[in-house]
Amino acid sequence: MDRFFTWIVAPGFFGSQPVQVAIVIGGLAAMVSGVVGVFTVIRGQSFGGHALTDVATAGGSGAVLFGLSPLFGFVGLGVVGAGVMEMIGVRRLRGRDLATGVVLGASTGLAALFLYLDATTSGTTAGATQQILFGSIFTVDSSMLPIVIGFGAVAMGIVAAVYRPLLLSSVSDDIAAARGVPLRGIGLLFMLALAVSVALSALTIGAILSTALLVGPAAIALRLTSRPGVAIALACVIGVAVTWAGVLLAYDSYTWGSSRQGFPVSFFIVALVFLLYVASAVVRPRALHRGGG
Amino acid sequence: MLSIVVVGDAMFSGFMVNAWTVATVVAVIAGVVGFFVVLRGAAFPAHAIPNGAFAGAAAANLLGINVLIGLGACAVLAAIGIGTLGRRGRLDVATALALVLMLAVGALLLSRSSAYEPQIYSLLFGEILGVSTTELLPVVALAVVCIAAVAVLYRPLLLSSILPEVGEARGVHAHRMEIAFLVVVGVATAMTVPVVGALLIFTLMIGPPAAARSFTDRPLAAMLLSIAIALVIVWSAIALSYLSDWPIGFFVGTISAAAYGAGRVSSAWRRSRRARTTATAAAAVAP
Amino acid sequence: MGATGNVEPREILRLDRVSVVLGGRQILEEVGFALRSGEFTGLIGTNGAGKTTLLRVILGLLRPTSGTVVFAADERSRRTRSVGYVPQKVLLDPDMPMRARDLVALGLDGQRFGIPVRSRRRAARVDEMLRAVDAERFADVRVGLLSGGEQQRVLIAHALISRPDLLLLDEPLANLDLRSSLEIVTLLGRVAREQQVSVLLSAHELNPLLPVMDRVVYLAGGRAASGTTDEVIQADVLSRLYGQHVDVIRVHGRILVVAGEAGSQLASHASDFVVGAG
Repeated sequence: MDRFFTWIVAPGFFGSQPVQVAIVIGGLAAMVSGVVGVFTVIRGQSFGGHALTDVATAGGSGAVLFGLSPLFGFVGLGVVGAGVMEMIGVRRLRGRDLATGVVLGASTGLAALFLYLDATTSGTTAGATQQILFGSIFTVDSSMLPIVIGFGAVAMGIVAAVYRPLLLSSVSDDIAAARGVPLRGIGLLFMLALAVSVALSALTIGAILSTALLVGPAAIALRLTSRPGVAIALACVIGVAVTWAGVLLAYDSYTWGSSRQGFPVSFFIVALVFLLYVASAVVRPRALHRGGG
Repeated sequence: MLSIVVVGDAMFSGFMVNAWTVATVVAVIAGVVGFFVVLRGAAFPAHAIPNGAFAGAAAANLLGINVLIGLGACAVLAAIGIGTLGRRGRLDVATALALVLMLAVGALLLSRSSAYEPQIYSLLFGEILGVSTTELLPVVALAVVCIAAVAVLYRPLLLSSILPEVGEARGVHAHRMEIAFLVVVGVATAMTVPVVGALLIFTLMIGPPAAARSFTDRPLAAMLLSIAIALVIVWSAIALSYLSDWPIGFFVGTISAAAYGAGRVSSAWRRSRRARTTATAAAAVAP
Repeated sequence: MGATGNVEPREILRLDRVSVVLGGRQILEEVGFALRSGEFTGLIGTNGAGKTTLLRVILGLLRPTSGTVVFAADERSRRTRSVGYVPQKVLLDPDMPMRARDLVALGLDGQRFGIPVRSRRRAARVDEMLRAVDAERFADVRVGLLSGGEQQRVLIAHALISRPDLLLLDEPLANLDLRSSLEIVTLLGRVAREQQVSVLLSAHELNPLLPVMDRVVYLAGGRAASGTTDEVIQADVLSRLYGQHVDVIRVHGRILVVAGEAGSQLASHASDFVVGAG
């Protein structure tokens, strides 16, 4: 029994401080992503969410340039990007996708510049590119924990505060408008929560990959149930489970094979999310939520 | 005065010739394929397929085979996958997840090799200045294939993109057109990713056509204008990158955004002018 | 009130006992009628009565569970070339770089591979079509910027330019105001007569079509009754079709089809076909 347990959990897992930090940050990021993600999928804003991750990339690499932790860049530029995207606010779906794509392109260009400057300017940590793009969950300093928790609370707070009008406007903006819901304001608040959520998951699995945590568990949950409250709870559970499993597997992977190089956490999380999504598509071929987009 | 001449000389000689050539080819392809990407509102798949290509390039790199083959194979696979998945559940969720998985796999594979960071960087953001003459040939060949494919598909794809039901009634299967189109995007991507990077080819396929359609009403003219705008963007980006040493992707991204912005402003101005003309005309005609 | 030409109308299409069962539900039951050149036929029925299904069967997009759909033999025997189609919901993006003229030209050979070759003959034909539907004054405007009625005319020109024998329109009047509706209907009546095209237009109200309609195919509960307006729109015919008591009231050249009892199932559909001002 003991050997079986050691086979699953490599020794030193629970005692390792980076692991403990990773569990907390990862779990929090997954929960926020689960909540925000369900709304993102319902509103058909997966592309927008993805674009924000590229904005976050630019932000993170810019922050490193100024000697700050990437998280501040993720949040800072992410919030600005979210605001710009909502303000450009084209109503037609195709036009909105184009505008989103352009913002994405511009911020990717910015990211290219910042990462280049990061690499060529002395005084910046090596491997900044990898950290920002693919996550740095094992290397986050434990002093960042309160800040991370703070951001998480803000995002959850926003969603909790506007839950009902947000749900209504996500399902049908005509009905919401008729009921007096301020569509623009709600849209903007949602985008802000989305930006913070993206920032947190960027910290966990990297800016480029954080879409998986945002959209994956939510999409899986929405395949299994059509009740939003249940979907949110389910998305959180799936997200946290996948994240913790990813942390475990990544930690274990350092004991695999002869090279002892280990695989990145982000890879495991993304792979698990994808596998679960495919499984849910096989089990429930017809998606239950509002189609289109 | 003399220094400008010297710089100008260097910018157009030696290895830079390859860079200019390949950039021109990339811009033409981006303009041609991008026209349909914008017409069909396929911004998200156009972004996803290059990311699939990225994974293929990483795999090819690891296995030591020609990067272009890895790119091409994965790009086409990604294209077909997205086309098929799109039929079932929601298109954008499926695309998003496939896209991210491709990136993760690519990152994983690249992490196995020693020259990790620069490779990641060049595949994501492009490395136009490092194109050798031998690499140039397959790029040009693929470009010809791409353009020929678009020329052949032009009419039915146009019909199917604008009036899909009418197309179906006339024997143009919308789903087949979708797959064919996505495969073309895949091929276009494969040849352009090494040059401008997975994250930036998408910008070239979106910005110029989106801007072009603000300046002309005719379909074929819009395509030609997309090519022209893409060329201007890429050429300026090379020149500016050469002069400043800043990455070419930065200039491509920002100038494309500026072109799109200019297009939006022009559209809005034209619309308000048309509204004013219609109002005046209506007022002039007695009801 | 219809085709008064000297040309003997020839049969274009005949449906014989066509039934369609989809997902366990009987959508169409033993539907049969014929369409002749130069005739304007209205396909009337409430939403969900099976109009779009019937159109899809005629277009060859859906195979009937039983029954036959026979097109008259022609030198151009390919069905796809003989039928022009104007679909129900068309989303034309205002930013799309396509003029009315370009969309109509696409109707000539849009299904063939390659790039269209510019020729004077093509341009002349496009101009002729634009004239026929009265769309010349906005021929060079982007299709996405046109009004509903103007777009409808462009789509009709697009469908007609390949000289089909049969023109199908799926609820073209649904989102048009009264005046545009009348314009389109008059235009179509003229087209049917002048070009000897058979027009089949689906709608849920028959009054807008009365001025030009030669024959009517009335769909209710998947069953159809076909014939001239006077033959079909009668209380006994419709009552048999609905399986319930139905009254037909004619007043000032307009027709009202009214459900019999207040508690009947029909009452819920009454608002669909109790027509006010025609």
